Order: sequence, then C-alpha cells, then structure tokens
Amino acid sequence: MISAELRYGIFLAVLLVACEGLHQEEISFNNEIRPILNKHCLRCHGGVRANGNLSFLFEEDAFGETESGLQAIIPGSHRESQLYQRIVHEDPELRMPLDNKPLPPEDIKLIARWIDQGAKWEKHWAYVPPDESIVPPQTKISGVENPIDQFVFARLEESDLMPAPPADPATLMRRLYLDLTGLPPTVQQIDAFLADDDPGAYERLVDRLLSSAHFGERWASMWLDLARYADTKGYEKDSNRSIWKYRDWVINAFNSDKPYDKFSIEQLAGDLITPPSRDRLIATAFHRNSISNDEGGTDDEEFRVASVIERVATTYEVWQGTTMACVQCHSHPYDPFRQKDFYTSMAFFNNASDSDIYNEQPKFYHFDDHDTLEIKEIIRWINTRVDSTERVDFNSFLYQQREQLLYNLGHRVVEAEEFNQSSPLIELIWPDLDMLWQVQDSSWIRFDRVDLNNVEQIGFRTATPLDFAGSISIHLDDPKSEKIGEVKVTKTGSWDRWQGTKPAKNHLFKEFIARIKPVPGEHDVYFRFWIGDTYIQHLFYLDQIIYYEKQPARHKYGRELNEKLNALSSFSSLTTPIIQELPDERSRETFIYNRGSWLTPTAKVAAGLPGIFNEKDKSIEDRLAFAKWLVSTQNPLTSRVAVNRFWAQIFGTGLVETMEEFGSQGAEPSHPELLDWLAVHFSNDLKWRMKALIRLLVTSATYRQAAIADSIKLEIDPENRLLSRGTRTRLSAEQIRDQILAVSDLLDRKLGGPSVIFPELNIPESNIPGWADQSVNSRYRRTLYAFWVRTDPFPAMMTFDTPDRTICVSHRVRTNTPMQALNLLNDRTYFEASTAIANRILHDEDELSQQIELAYRMVMGRSITSTKLELLSTLYSDTINHLQAETPENVSDSDEEVKLKGLTMVANALLNLDEFVVKG
Amino acid sequence: MGISTEARKVQALYNSRRHFLRNCMSGLGGVTLSSYLGGNLWARDVPKPGISNPHFLPKAKHVIFLHMAGAPSQIELFDFKPELQKIDGQYCPPSLLEGKRFAFLSGNPKMLGPQSNFSQHGSSGAWVSDYLPKFAKVVDDVCFLKAMHTDEFNHAPAQFFMYSGSPRTGRPSMGSWVTYGLGTPNEDLPGFVVLISRGGPSSGKRLWSSGFLPTIHQGVQCRSKGEPVLNLENPPGVDDHLRRRSIDIINKINEAEYQEVQDPEILTRISQYELAYKMQTSVPDVMNIDAEPTYIKEMYGVKAGENTFANNCLLARRLVEKGVRFVQLYDRGWDSHGAGPGNGVGFGLRQSCQYVDQAMTALLTDLKQRGLLDETLLIWGGEFGRTPMMEARTGKGFLGRDHNSEAFTMWMAGAGIKKGFSYGVTDEIGFAGVENRVHVHDLQATILHELGLDHEKLTYRFQGRDYRLTDVHGHLIKDILI
Repeated sequence: MISAELRYGIFLAVLLVACEGLHQEEISFNNEIRPILNKHCLRCHGGVRANGNLSFLFEEDAFGETESGLQAIIPGSHRESQLYQRIVHEDPELRMPLDNKPLPPEDIKLIARWIDQGAKWEKHWAYVPPDESIVPPQTKISGVENPIDQFVFARLEESDLMPAPPADPATLMRRLYLDLTGLPPTVQQIDAFLADDDPGAYERLVDRLLSSAHFGERWASMWLDLARYADTKGYEKDSNRSIWKYRDWVINAFNSDKPYDKFSIEQLAGDLITPPSRDRLIATAFHRNSISNDEGGTDDEEFRVASVIERVATTYEVWQGTTMACVQCHSHPYDPFRQKDFYTSMAFFNNASDSDIYNEQPKFYHFDDHDTLEIKEIIRWINTRVDSTERVDFNSFLYQQREQLLYNLGHRVVEAEEFNQSSPLIELIWPDLDMLWQVQDSSWIRFDRVDLNNVEQIGFRTATPLDFAGSISIHLDDPKSEKIGEVKVTKTGSWDRWQGTKPAKNHLFKEFIARIKPVPGEHDVYFRFWIGDTYIQHLFYLDQIIYYEKQPARHKYGRELNEKLNALSSFSSLTTPIIQELPDERSRETFIYNRGSWLTPTAKVAAGLPGIFNEKDKSIEDRLAFAKWLVSTQNPLTSRVAVNRFWAQIFGTGLVETMEEFGSQGAEPSHPELLDWLAVHFSNDLKWRMKALIRLLVTSATYRQAAIADSIKLEIDPENRLLSRGTRTRLSAEQIRDQILAVSDLLDRKLGGPSVIFPELNIPESNIPGWADQSVNSRYRRTLYAFWVRTDPFPAMMTFDTPDRTICVSHRVRTNTPMQALNLLNDRTYFEASTAIANRILHDEDELSQQIELAYRMVMGRSITSTKLELLSTLYSDTINHLQAETPENVSDSDEEVKLKGLTMVANALLNLDEFVVKG
Repeated sequence: MGISTEARKVQALYNSRRHFLRNCMSGLGGVTLSSYLGGNLWARDVPKPGISNPHFLPKAKHVIFLHMAGAPSQIELFDFKPELQKIDGQYCPPSLLEGKRFAFLSGNPKMLGPQSNFSQHGSSGAWVSDYLPKFAKVVDDVCFLKAMHTDEFNHAPAQFFMYSGSPRTGRPSMGSWVTYGLGTPNEDLPGFVVLISRGGPSSGKRLWSSGFLPTIHQGVQCRSKGEPVLNLENPPGVDDHLRRRSIDIINKINEAEYQEVQDPEILTRISQYELAYKMQTSVPDVMNIDAEPTYIKEMYGVKAGENTFANNCLLARRLVEKGVRFVQLYDRGWDSHGAGPGNGVGFGLRQSCQYVDQAMTALLTDLKQRGLLDETLLIWGGEFGRTPMMEARTGKGFLGRDHNSEAFTMWMAGAGIKKGFSYGVTDEIGFAGVENRVHVHDLQATILHELGLDHEKLTYRFQGRDYRLTDVHGHLIKDILI
C-alpha cells in the first residue's frame, strides 16, 4: 500500500519531469550529446569498430538499422530507442557501455530528452563554415584598439578580470621586433622609437617591421616546420638534397605578402597552373620535402607510396588541422572520415611523377645569376650563326634552351646519374650524388626515349684503378635483349682509398667508346655493367655518357662556335626537386590499401573530397581543383586553421590549443566567436593577406598588455588562455640563437642563399655537398639557414625543441631543461658573443655601472633595475677577486684583460637570464 | 642552495595545481606529471606530461641493451645447425627463395655451413661456438631467444623497428618511452644514456631520438673521450668557482624577475640551472673509469681515454649503479657480407666476437656480483639475423651471409628472466623460426613488462592517435619469465 503522500510525491515528480521535457531549451547535439558519445561509446561504436553495425560517427550510421534489425535512435521516442534502452538496461551483460559503470543519470536524462526533442544531428563545429554574421561584442572595458579587443575584453568581463596595463614601450618594442622579424631591436632603434612622440608611432613601427626583409625569414621558420624542410633526404643514407631554393621561395612569399590562397595553391599545385613559371614550380617543392630512401635493396615503389601517403597526411594537417594518418588504416576513430576518404584524397597526389629514385627527378634545373647572364649571351651568339632548324626559341626555361641547342648541334653529353630508372645495387657517390659508384655485376641503368638516329658510338667517362674493372653493354627496350654494343673499362689511374672516394682530378677519368649497331628511332636504352677480372666491392665510377652522331651538325661550323658549344655544355646547374604530374597515358590508379599496406590493394578509387566536405561539389578531380577548393569559401577549416597558426605565433597558444587537431578530439576554442570572426575577416576582408592579419593581431590592445600576472589572474586565468595579460612564452630555438648573435652584433644579416655549414653542426667534410655555403665568414648567419641534416640535426636547436623535420609538425612543445642551461652557459659561439658584448661595453663606457647598464640595454632593450645592477656588479667584482686570488702575480684590476673577463662573465649571465629567452 | 630548494617547493605546489587544472579542464586525463630530472621540465603548453608510476610491480629498474649493429650471425654463434654443414656448398633449393626479398642475394646462391666450432656449455647445456669462449662460461645466467624475427631486412629500418616499433623514423626510441613512463631515479644524470663504439649504428642519432615525445626524453650520447656530454664543460677561462658564482647571480636575477611578473615558469628555470650545475660534476664523475680498481678494469679489458666497447660496458655498469634508467650500447662491425677481408663470417666475425666477448661477459658477471643483475635487465642482439645461404660477392674467398629477417638469436639476463633457458627453435638450417617465434614487438612488450609497464597502456597522443612502442601488436613472452 502506497501512502497518499508518497503517491502525491510520485505524481509531482512525474509531472516535473514531464514539464522539464516540455519547457527545456533545445539540447545541442554538439555541446551536450556528442561529448557523451565520444567519451563512452565511440570506442566500440566509432570509426575503428562499429560493433553491432552501429557507429555514432556518421549520421546515416547512427540512424540506420543495426545488426539486430532494430534502430538505435528513433527520433521523438527515447523509450523505443535501443540507445536509451541499452544504457538503462538492468542486465549488466546487456547494459551499455559494456563492462563499464552505467552512464551518470544526468547523461542518460540528456540523451533521453535529446531523442524526444527529435534527435537533431549536428556536424562538429569545425566542419561547419564559420558564421559570417558575427559582430564583435560590446565591452565596458576601455582601451579597445580593434575588434579583437572587443572579443577578448568581453570574455574577461565574464570572468571578472581586467586586462593588464600596457607594457612599457621598450619591452613592447622588443616583443614586436621578435614577433615580426625574429630579431631584437638595437639600442639605436630603441632610442629612436622612444623619442618618437607623434601619434601613431607604434603603428608606423609595425608597418616598418612588416616591410623588413627579415620579416620573411622569421615567418618562414614557422612554415618550414610544416613543410618538414631539410637539406637531406632522411632514412639510413640520408643523402644530401638540394632544395634550399624552396626555403628562399617561402621567405620571398612572406616578404612579398603573397596572399595565403595563392601561397597555398602554388605549393600544392603550382605545376598545374599555366603558363608554368620558375617560382611556381619551385613552390611545389613543398611536397618534395617528404623523406626518401636511397638504401640498397629497397623497393622504390614502397617508398614512393610512403611519400604520397605522407603528403596526404601533411596536406590535411597543414590546411585542415585534421589528422588523417590514422585513416590510412581504418576509418577515423573519432571524426567523420571513412577509410575510403584517405584514398580518394591520395588519388589527387598519386600522379606525381617522382618515384623515390636516387637522382630525385623530376627536378627544376637553373643556373646561378652570374652564369645565367653568360649562358644567355652564348646562346644568343650561337643562335644567330646556325641554321634555322638548329636554333632554339627563347620561350622555354634557360636550361631547356641550352639542352635543346646542344642536342640540335649534336653535342650530346649526359650525366650518368640522371637515369630514369635503375636496378638495385646502383648507387650515387657522396656528397654530391654526381656520378655512379657501387656499380655491381649485372646491374643496370635506363634512360628513356633516347634518340638514336645517326648515333654510331657511345662514350663512357669512367674512372678505376683496376686493370680490367668491368664492361658496359648496351641494350634497347629490355635489359635482357641482345646487346647492340659493348666496351671494356680498364685502369684510368690510381688514387688513395678509391672505394667510396671519388677521383678528384680530371686526368683520372678516361672515356671508353663503344661502337653500336645503328638503330633508327627513339628507344629506352639500358646500360648494363659486368664484372671484369678483379672485383673489390664495386666495379668503377661512371660520370658521363656521350652520344656520338655520324655527322653532328656542329661539325658544319668552325672552331669558334664549337668552343662556345663546349663552354655552354660545361656550366653546371642548380637543381630543385619539384612536383610534376604524369601524362594521362601513364597516370596511376589509386586503391584502398587494406590496413594501410601498399602490398594489399583492394577497391579502386577516383580522386574526390572526403564525404563530410563533399555535399555540394563533386567536380573536384585534380590536384589544382583540390588546392583551389581548400582556399575556397566552401571549405570550413582552412581560414580557421591559418588564423589559429598566426595567433599561436603571436600569443603563444592557439585559440584552438591543438593546432594540429580541430576535430572532435581537439581542444575547444578559447574564444570560438573570435576564431570565426578572424577566419571570415582574413579570407573575405583582408583577402588572405598575411601581413594585414599579423598587423591586426599586433596592433590590438590585447597584444600590447604587460606580461605581468597577479594572484587573481593566476587563480582565474592560470595559463593566460583568456589573455588577461601579455604573453610570456619562451622564444623558439631559432630566435634564441639569432638573438644572441644580434645583441652581440656578430649577426650576419645576409638574406637567402644555399644552406650554411656552421662549425657547431660538426658535419664531416666528406658529407658536405658542393652547393652548400662552407665559408667561415658565414658562421654567424641566421639559424634558419643552417644546413639541416635529418639524421643528425643541429644539436642546440633540438635542445630547444625544434622538430627534426622528418614529418610535418604544427606545434612545438616548449620544454625547460638542464640541457638548455648547459647550452646557453657553455656553447662556444655563445661565449664568443659574451666576449663581443664585453668588448663593446668596455670600449663604449668607463664606469662599471654604465657598462652594465649598456650591456643590459643591448640585451634586453630596456633599462636595468637597481637590484639587477647590484647583482651583476657583484658578479663582476667576484670574478675579478677570484682571478686575482688565483694568479695574484699576473693580475691587477686596472688590467684591461681582467676587466674584459669580468664583463664577459656579466654578459654570459645576461644571455642566460629567463627574461632573455622569453618574449616578455 | 636556498633559492633552489625554495624554487623546487613552489614548483611542486604549482605542478600539482597545474596538473589538476590540466587534467580536469582538458579532459585528457589519466596521466600524472613526471618529476623527471627533479624539477618540472614542462613549459606551460606541453600537451601531455609523462607518467611517473609503473602499471604494476616492476622486476627491473634498469635496462642495459647491447646492440651489435650490422646484425651478428646466429649461425656462427648460438644456433648450431649440423644439417647446414652437410649441405655446405650445394645450391640453395629454389623453394627457399620464393617470395623472399633480400638486400643483396641474387641468382641462385649456395648454402654455407657454420664457420665456427660448437660445443655445449654449463649445466644448461647451451650451444655456444668457439667464437665466444668467455661468454660460454656464463650461459647458465642467460636466457636465449633463438627464434627472433622482424619485419625489416635492411639495417636502418630494422634498427628503427627494434627501438621504436616502426621501420620509419619519427617515433620515440625505447629508452625514451621508458623514461617517459617511469622518470629516472637519479636527478643529476640523464635517464637515457647512449654509448657508442666502433662508429655506432648506421642509422645514426635518430635511433635514440625521443620522436614526438618531448626532447627531455631523448637519449644523451656520452663519450669516454673528449667532452662527455655536449656543452658540459665550461668555456675556456671559466672555472668551477666562477660558474657557481654566475649561476647564483643568474638565479637571483631570475628570482627578482619572478617577484615582478609572477611567472612560475621562472622557478622551473631556476631549478634547471641548479641541475645543470650538478650535471657538470656528476656526469664527469660517473664517466671517469679511472676511479675503478685495476682488477675491474682488467676484468672488462678497458682502454683509458677511448670509446671502446669494453669501456662502454664498464660505464654502463657505473651508470646503472648511479640510477640511470636505460643504457644503450651500440657496437658497429657485425655486417658480415663477405665483401672483403674483415667483413666475413670467418675471420671478420671472429674478430668482432673477440672484441666484445670479454667485456660483455665481465658486465654480466660484475652486475651479478654486485647484486645489480636482480634489478637490471641485460639484453644482447642485433637488428636481424643472417642467411644460411652464402654471399660471396667478390668470388675471392671471403665468405659472408646476407640479411635474414626470419631468424636471429638474442639473449637476455637478469631481473625476472629465466636463467640457463633457451626459447624458440629454428628450422634445420637456421633460416626461419619454427617454434616459439618471438617478434620484435613481443620483445618490446616483454622489456616494458619487466619494468612494470603495460605496453598497451604506455601511450602518447600525437597527430590524433594514441601511439605505443609496440604499435598495435606485441605479446608478452610469458614462458621466459620466472
């Protein structure tokens, strides 16, 4: 018997629940339901596993029929929905989540109400285009400089916080210099700025720095992590790769304010834009920064596929803030990407013609500026003197003009390493990869479509110290076909350690000429190598192959022209690996790989966008269209991801903290409306201009706050995600080294050019390629020019958390370790910098306190406090006293040497201060 | 130092609060902060800190991994195959080659019988060849894994596979995973130390990279010749006294800065400078093998001032004694292709064995006599094995073997591993395992298990995925555990 009171109570409770259901606000799937599903359900009903044929990743799966024939969600009725029945089931063996505690009652209630309200499904916010109608909110806090502040201050108000006061001008100026150019201001620059009382002085400074050539260097550093730029190829051999022209392209793109849409399209598909241009081709080297494998016995196709897969993942990480690496093996566990989506995207990239071969073809060939002038002159000279059929037109690239002219006149010298394909056991010699070595018995190289009309002999420029080192046979179209010629290679000279040491001198090479059976037409020509009578590790070095025609056109002309022709042939070119599309007839098919393994292809797929993006546009079929779609208004992510990267560079942390992950596993944005407003503003109003975006960020009052916390800010906003103060983050590895060189005035501010061999890189002489800058005078160049060896990267940079550039990295962690302390305290270059500072202050000022004040201003840009001055003075006098105590006979305090040592210790301490390695 | 003690205290408070905030606010939870190397190494934006507690009671506190880079021949050392001797010089049956990929073998190779003489040793009766006479005397302390196999047949990928669970670069090395998982007992020394003899592994420094784990977990290469660790020595003209004074001043100025701006990260930096100073003394101390008594030096066969394998073995013991978590040795010179003198399975391999035999035996014996073997896992092996087929590239009589991913022998000793035990059997010619095969991922799972770590739970979120040392594979080899 239930008492009346109790009955009444139950009635009331039921009534309350019912009313709640009627009057509750609509439940947001994204905000309230998706987090529950992510946390408790996706492990078994997601992208990896869809147990019982139920997955909550895709709308159609969630509402479809499950294995049991029942529907998990029946909109409007939670009681009929299996989802509800199973989470409240009494039998623990049937209750979901299986083998786990039941869901909290409030979660169950939410799900029930959501179903009753109609179970409205929403895409995750990141896959919905940003709202174009967002208006910056009103705020009562004064000091707004631009709309960013309205968003930030309004949020601070909600948390009862106030912004910090503006930073003092010298500190702000240092912050701005480091952010925009990566270099600190000089004392003169600071004085000039502090003296400028006119309104708008700060904005003028911003504009000046945005137009500085160092702007591009600083921002290239950010992009090169994403591009995984390095000067070697990775894997075991880690051979050198000449791709620094791409690095300079990035610097120039930032300096010339190339809009982000063009910047993106050119890197992803510059080769498909007509007409082709040198710059756009070099831009495509973005994806030639993927690692490739030169190790013996490896299957080129395996590593070609690995590169393409990596390029897909990199593209999605860079432009979409989406991690696709997991999707190559199975559907995304937490985001709406099916496994197929990975391979339809891969099809955009699978037709690039590069195939992990040793010589990195296809490449863009060019000449340095000086040679370019001379070559143009010679070509012009020859062109006016030869028959019209032999002339070249000037529409092609200069390298092609030269090659064409030489070919037309029958001057046909080919570098052996530029083969189109080879057998295993063919290797190129270090460090320049400019000839064959490790040529083994019965190995071969192939050149495609060689014009053999009128060719009657083929010469081979080789070197070996062995009496009969081996022979070379020539075959057409098949390495096993009957040979059409053959020649023995015998001793050409002697040199030390011939195995692996290429002959340095020309006279050690000899040409051996094979007479061939005349064959008309173009053929794929195979050169096969055979053992002689001695064999030690390898046969011989092969440098060039020369085709001799019966009556080469050049013979018609006199000695002068032929000499010009020889000179023209002798210019060596610079090369940059680029992306080129295979012609239609050779295009590759793309398959879904079972569990991501290239050895187990399954269904064939065509190029296309992932399903979640594909609702409107199905016409995107090639890489150029894909690149254009990325930066189109249909794409919900590109602009958000981009503004977030710039934000993180300036404010230390992204609005979305997980820069690499915007999906459901990413962090929620700290200021969602600001993110969307900025994204829309960047693409629509600023027309993708990166300088304008950066200008907006650094001219905000938010940016100009002092980086000073107090107990309230630390309590409510401990990590400064609400931006209640200026950012105080550790500088990047590059900024730290550049800054040390800059404040000591050692820095060499030269822009661009080949990567530099700094002594502290410790690169063995034998590994340094000819194209690198080895000059001792270049040792104080900026850090981004360091020759970057993937298997042995710059140690000091790694200590300060630089990625090794093997793969794309969006987000550098910032550690704080004793190894960093050891580096700053003891690195020889940095100690040189301390001495340089000491020399300068000793020279410029007489009094100790003035010397220390000057040093502090050189290093920190602002004036020293009395406490710090006192402490550093103590360090100075302690040093002098110690030196005198150690060797009293040699030391007196008037001694310049001793003063210098004391001041060097002071400068060394300054370069180790926390405030020096952070952006305060 | 007053400042540093205070800094540590404040730091610890700050850490616990920050830990709470991070894990409760971001929902990434489940991990606690590593107190690796003492103070907190994490700047504020590090996404996920390490974990500092094992998943269950560990058997091993330390690991010493002796890697013979290039891959030693199991057929000449431990995997005795009389049947192979019988078919020495005969052509290889084509069925053995079908569907197999080799680095160098081509055409129709001949079989090559063992080039060493085998006998049984100890009460366990383990087969060891005359290439390793000293080691043969300690086999009763050792567990052999004779049917090891891997996925890779080239050195670099196989080495990466052994240490990172993936043939590609970019993943953390085993030592990095371990210090990430457990931290390290001695704050004054790096937790993961690498020692190299005869040139080191062909895949270079990437092999001890921390991959996507924070760089503090990277292996630190120490040398017995020259500066033991990069930047450890003071610049010319700066002695210990001046360094101490300058660090005092640096820390005091940093403290003044902290008072002004209240950034707790400054306190971390103060403690890191204290640690750096300590390392300047503790690392040279531990690296100074002259401090060892003569009989110990003779036992290992050390050579002062050189980066020899023997020196490195002794250093490994000293490092482990001082609390270093993971010591990795690499010795180069085991790639016995027979491509020239010193590069075959005859003379060349015998020479390499002579180079390591005494020292590796001494290390095992020394650890045992000090009671350290009970808490130290000692592992020996290469990245793969070698073929029973002959490789004779030169035709000049240098006998060699190609790479073989299907069979190789490793041995383990110490901490919870069975003694005088042999696990796994290969076929009659030692080409592939036929019984109790152990995959590299299984070995990794077992090493982590001995350290008290569950290989399926030791994860790190990167690029949207939880990564593990064992990828999505690996089974604990229960049969070899005591």
